[in-house]
Amino acid sequence: MTKTCLTFRDLTLGYNSHPAIHHLDGTIRRGSLTAVVGANGSGKSTLMKGIVGVLKPMAGTVVRAPGVRAAYLPQQSELDRSFPARVVDLVSLGLWPRRGLLGRHTREDRDSVSQALMAVGLGGFEKRPIDTLSGGQLQRTLFARVLLQDADLILLDEPFNAVDTKTVGDLITLIKRWHGEERTIMVVVHDLDLVRHNFPETLLLARQPIAWGETKETLRPENLLRARRFHEAWEENAPWCEPDNHEHGDHPHDHGHDHHHGSGPRAA
Amino acid sequence: MMDALYGLFIAPFADFAFMQRALLGSLILSLGACPVGVFLMLRRMSLSGDAMAHAILPGAAAGFLFYGLEILPMTIGGLIAGIIVALGAGAVSRFTIQREDASMAAFYLISLAIGVLMVSIRGSSVDLMHVLFGTVLALNNEALTLIGGIVLVTLVSLAIFWRALVAECLDPLFLRSVSRLGSPVHFIFLGLVVLNLVGGFQALGTLLSVGLMMLPAAAARFWTMRVEPMCLLAVLIGFASCVAGLLLSYHVSLPSGPAIILSAGVVYFASILFGTRGILRARIIHHRHRTA
Repeated sequence: MTKTCLTFRDLTLGYNSHPAIHHLDGTIRRGSLTAVVGANGSGKSTLMKGIVGVLKPMAGTVVRAPGVRAAYLPQQSELDRSFPARVVDLVSLGLWPRRGLLGRHTREDRDSVSQALMAVGLGGFEKRPIDTLSGGQLQRTLFARVLLQDADLILLDEPFNAVDTKTVGDLITLIKRWHGEERTIMVVVHDLDLVRHNFPETLLLARQPIAWGETKETLRPENLLRARRFHEAWEENAPWCEPDNHEHGDHPHDHGHDHHHGSGPRAA
Repeated sequence: MMDALYGLFIAPFADFAFMQRALLGSLILSLGACPVGVFLMLRRMSLSGDAMAHAILPGAAAGFLFYGLEILPMTIGGLIAGIIVALGAGAVSRFTIQREDASMAAFYLISLAIGVLMVSIRGSSVDLMHVLFGTVLALNNEALTLIGGIVLVTLVSLAIFWRALVAECLDPLFLRSVSRLGSPVHFIFLGLVVLNLVGGFQALGTLLSVGLMMLPAAAARFWTMRVEPMCLLAVLIGFASCVAGLLLSYHVSLPSGPAIILSAGVVYFASILFGTRGILRARIIHHRHRTA
């Protein structure tokens, strides 16, 4: 059994030929708990989309270790809250990896839906229509769905937005439980204190990784300063990034980025 | 008393074969079209159904141009035209930045213009009226078989793809993250819409067949908070509209197609007012509230 869960090879992701993630190399260790931090527009959500596969890479690849199933909680859900569904219907979607299109939902499945709701503190909410939930309740409902998906790789994109302190605590407990179960977890977070207290590893992004590794090291003031200087806007006339410039790895090239090839935590 | 009731409700169907066929055809049609309408509405594509109905016209017209007023060529033609427009508009919205409403509008307007052009090349305006508004009172065996087949395909497809269809409506991004079925389901669904519109057009015409699809669905939305009962209720409302419309058409000698759709319209307005999620209920009953 390999110890690597995800491998990025020269990964470039973006929109309209402008990169949001630029030549990312590195690996995510199996069973690791990584916070992904960075300014607005630094490519955090884009990286998540690239890993799940809803955004195709412009160059390079993301390789998932064979058999790894991902669960993804997007920042901007395309959830239609006016759809006539109950909490239980929404959470039951999480049974898809197990039951697929046609598999019958058994009594155990229904029990596990109730247990998942219980775990996020929403026991007894099964029959509530989803348009009556508060923002935080909806977020916890979506966590319950992730729980039910029983995935090896869990990607959470800003899961703590608009969630009160107590709920954040509950959700962190849940994340730590997953961590204890040797699942690989990546979470996009803005609150650095939260990261320092709860996440062993951190990836600091500003289109390319500024620092990547142990949280205490990554979040040192000089790294944060460099990340803050990151220029968010696209430059319409930015020169094309020529393929031969980065094929050989580390030497600097014409658009002046320092590439941190292989700076991710290596498979030990 | 009983005689009067019999004369009012039963006799028209008992005494006339064409009424029986009309009833059978329209009831079977409701069975498939109404659930499809529920999903169209929930996907906020209510007007797409309307657009698709227009889009069918050139195909039907091509059939008419070559074979005259024959059901099979016109139906097959309509099916082909509808599928081209559905796939074209769907593909444009899936693979470009343009949203489905705009691409659908573009495709159906072009399609409609071609259709009217083709009908006017050969036919008189009476023929055009026939294509546009149908004749439920002249359903022959061929037409009934066709409608039956379409409904069978519809119900089987809905049963198979139900879970994916609900997921695609409720949370499309989630479906994309766990399965590749998102796009196929979208196109299968558009296919079902076309099929049911084509099924309806012999009975109700290209313009009104969408009415039997959308109105019961829109009315059912005011009564329930769940998809399954909503589909069931839509079918029942569809049934009631067909019976009421045909009776109205028989007794007052109105054209049958519009009578059926208007009956559904009455149910729709009644639902707005009196539905459990309708206006009166929200205004009056909800002045009382519970403590938690």
